[in-house]
Amino acid sequence: MADHPLLALQGVTKTYGTGDAQMHALAGINLSINPGEFVAVMGPSGSGKSTCMNILGCLDTPSGGEYRFQGVNVGGLTRNQRALLRRHYIGFVFQGFNLLNRTTALENVELPLIYRGMDTATRHRLAKAALDAVGLASRESHTPGELSGGQQQRVAIARAIVTEPALLLADEPTGNLDSKRSIEIMELLTAINRDQGITVVMVTHEPDMADYAKRIISFKDGLIESDRKLGD
Amino acid sequence: MLGNAFLLAFRALRRNAMRSVLTMLGIIIGVAAVIVVVTLGSGATRQVSQQVASLGSNLLMVSVGKRMGPGQVSGAEAFKLADAEALANDVYGLAAVAPVASGSTTAIYANENWSTNVSGTTDAFFSVSNQPVAEGRLFTASEARLGTAVCVIGQTVAAKLFGLQNPLNNRIRLQKLSCEVIGVLKAKGQSTMGTDQDDLVVVPLRTYQRRIAGNQDVNLIKISVQDGQDTEKVKHEIEGILRVRRHLANTEENNFNVMDMKEIAAMLSSTTQTMTGMLSAVGAVSLLVGGIGIMNIMLVSVTERTREIGIRLAIGALENEVLLQFLVEAVVLSSFGGLIGILLALGAAWGLSGLMQVPFVFQGGIVLTAFLFSAAVGVIFGYFPARKAARLDPIEALRHE
Repeated sequence: MADHPLLALQGVTKTYGTGDAQMHALAGINLSINPGEFVAVMGPSGSGKSTCMNILGCLDTPSGGEYRFQGVNVGGLTRNQRALLRRHYIGFVFQGFNLLNRTTALENVELPLIYRGMDTATRHRLAKAALDAVGLASRESHTPGELSGGQQQRVAIARAIVTEPALLLADEPTGNLDSKRSIEIMELLTAINRDQGITVVMVTHEPDMADYAKRIISFKDGLIESDRKLGD
Repeated sequence: MLGNAFLLAFRALRRNAMRSVLTMLGIIIGVAAVIVVVTLGSGATRQVSQQVASLGSNLLMVSVGKRMGPGQVSGAEAFKLADAEALANDVYGLAAVAPVASGSTTAIYANENWSTNVSGTTDAFFSVSNQPVAEGRLFTASEARLGTAVCVIGQTVAAKLFGLQNPLNNRIRLQKLSCEVIGVLKAKGQSTMGTDQDDLVVVPLRTYQRRIAGNQDVNLIKISVQDGQDTEKVKHEIEGILRVRRHLANTEENNFNVMDMKEIAAMLSSTTQTMTGMLSAVGAVSLLVGGIGIMNIMLVSVTERTREIGIRLAIGALENEVLLQFLVEAVVLSSFGGLIGILLALGAAWGLSGLMQVPFVFQGGIVLTAFLFSAAVGVIFGYFPARKAARLDPIEALRHE
């Protein structure tokens, strides 16, 4: 694993539409992220950062160029192979939490483990441990409707890390939260990155939140405008 | 993988419990309708065939008048006792011939009175119409000839006039005739037409003609044909003899009618079967509508749960796993609905068969068919929505509001 970076984008482009209506969401990106990094992705809307996140998360494939995840060329994988890659290596945290409603926190966290085909006892143990790690041990039987926004995002984070992924992709995780909750979530992500060594790539609009990361990449017009490491 | 699909499907159904129940309702009603109709229909068919057996073997009914249509006759001269005797003597292959003169009369005992059908006939009547005695005795041939004042009554008349009392050796009054009850007939139940066959009083023909009717008429001749005889042939012979006796010219139509009870019974049972078939078809249509209801709900559900499907796909669910989950949801709804429908139907059919006085006939075949059909409905109508769900693009699905 040390031989190559976790993620490597080489001349990646993404085009939508055809003919005159053609639009270049990504105009040729070179980017490489190593295991254990905490990266913040910034940029105005339409700058291509969301498209880039979708490609990094293997939800989408590049139109041109090459994306390698742990050395594997994702562009050459089928839809199902990409699903398996996500199942085993990637965790997602969304701005809108995206929990299953009317479903308890425990069952929400269990969901990725069910797809991994784990037995009930292991599933319960791991899900409880993950909820404990995000500080919601006492809320496992609560449904999203009974939890605050900050708590819901913690459940979502627990769901993302319960599989111990190599990469955690967070798409504006604090976008729907007030500043106090935002700080709590950022501290949680920092701890996950530091203690479990999970690589975190996070999109954010807020410079305050980006400051928690160790590296900030700014997008503009489908290209990387700046890429700077923050000294610790 | 299937185990996971069931786990996920059950969790999803539980999340929308109310909708799940409403979706099942269509299937429940469809399955229940089919099973109730078929169960009651086969009960009715069995009842008809039992009644055919109880009619007595190879019964022919010779009645006065031309058949104008179902149940209608035009007026014509009545038979006489001599006609019946002529048939008994001249037609080969008859087991018994019973001339019957009957009318509606009020029977009176003490303070009780009951309007019933009184038949004057010979002792042959009991064997022809297959009505053995339950208590007491039947009247004899000599009593019939002499016209003594005795009578045999049906169970209904016994109950209405005597209640719990023993009717034997008591005298009841029929108009001006006072007669002694010498026997009570065995219960026979309802006829195929729905009339009570136990609501009758039987007196000797001569007694009836002299003391009640005041004429020598015979309205009906009941004939039982010997086993193994061709009833069609016997019927023709009877018609020939009666035409001569009633002086009908070759150009004239019969002014009497010979009915073969077996034909009527067969007709009734085929009518019952046709009705059952038609009602089952209606039930099957409602089952189909239930299936379309499931498809409808599943399609709505896929649209409504687009985001949820997006989440599943994003965290690594395979296309097939999503397909299977939605398919299992549909099949669970339809087959569970089928199961509830079967239980409801068996209860309803049992209750209704008691109410309608038809035997309850458990039809294992139709129950199994209905269950398999409902499960199949789930697979067929669930597949399209399930495929739609599985083929969603996770990015689009997650963006869905």
